[in-house]
Amino acid sequence: MFKAKEFKIAASQKRIDVTSSPKAARGILEQLMAQLKVLSLSDECAGKIELVVAEAINNIVEHAYPPGAPDGPIQLSWSFEDNRLNFAITDQGLGMPDGKAPSGRAKNVKVDLMDLPEGGFGWFLIRDQAEDVEYRRTGWENCLSFGVPVNLGAA
Amino acid sequence: MNLTSRTEGDLQIIHIAETRIDAAVAIEFKDAMRNETEDGKDIVVLDLSEVQFIDSSGLGAIVASMKQLGRNRKLALGGLTPAVDKVFRLTRMDSVFPLYATLEGALKDLGN
Repeated sequence: MFKAKEFKIAASQKRIDVTSSPKAARGILEQLMAQLKVLSLSDECAGKIELVVAEAINNIVEHAYPPGAPDGPIQLSWSFEDNRLNFAITDQGLGMPDGKAPSGRAKNVKVDLMDLPEGGFGWFLIRDQAEDVEYRRTGWENCLSFGVPVNLGAA
Repeated sequence: MNLTSRTEGDLQIIHIAETRIDAAVAIEFKDAMRNETEDGKDIVVLDLSEVQFIDSSGLGAIVASMKQLGRNRKLALGGLTPAVDKVFRLTRMDSVFPLYATLEGALKDLGN
């Protein structure tokens, strides 16, 4: 039923390039959400994608190109297939410690006010909201890939 | 960072005229909140009704803003849009902050 539309979108796989900076996530998201308009995503689905991509980019800005180290390229590519958006985000910064992405356990918030966590939610949100999250270090490059199911509805 | 503050009865209400609280503005937001709440009422209501997006950096900055208030003051959040509400619920922060779907609801519940 959606064949023609899916084919058209799948064929138009997109790439977005930015340079690491505190505004990198905003830069990528502005372009990405404009490109995804063609899919007429629900607000909920668009919000999920926006959140996961923001967390992934912020992690790169913070840890792959940390303060003091030179900024570098961040590239996001996406494609649409079988009612799923597939994302791959690459950078040429530092690799993950132990070559593995954090497990993203939920933070304990039943603690004293002054001990409440102010960070460390990013990987929990990525793993909770996206599926098939995979991290790979190849040569000088980090690649994070994940999928987000999309229900196009009965258009 | 566009914050405005007013007092209504026993409440201080801080309105944020930004659509995003994210990594790009988290530190600026935290500092602006510190300035706005340096002195004031014991209960601070942050009006988030214009905010359409928050990430974990923004969430962390709101948590930090509450810690800055100390133990004797309280931060409540009003006017949560669906995407903002969702981040608080996913991270269980809905058990830490009093959350209100509308600012009016927050004022009605917290005011005298």
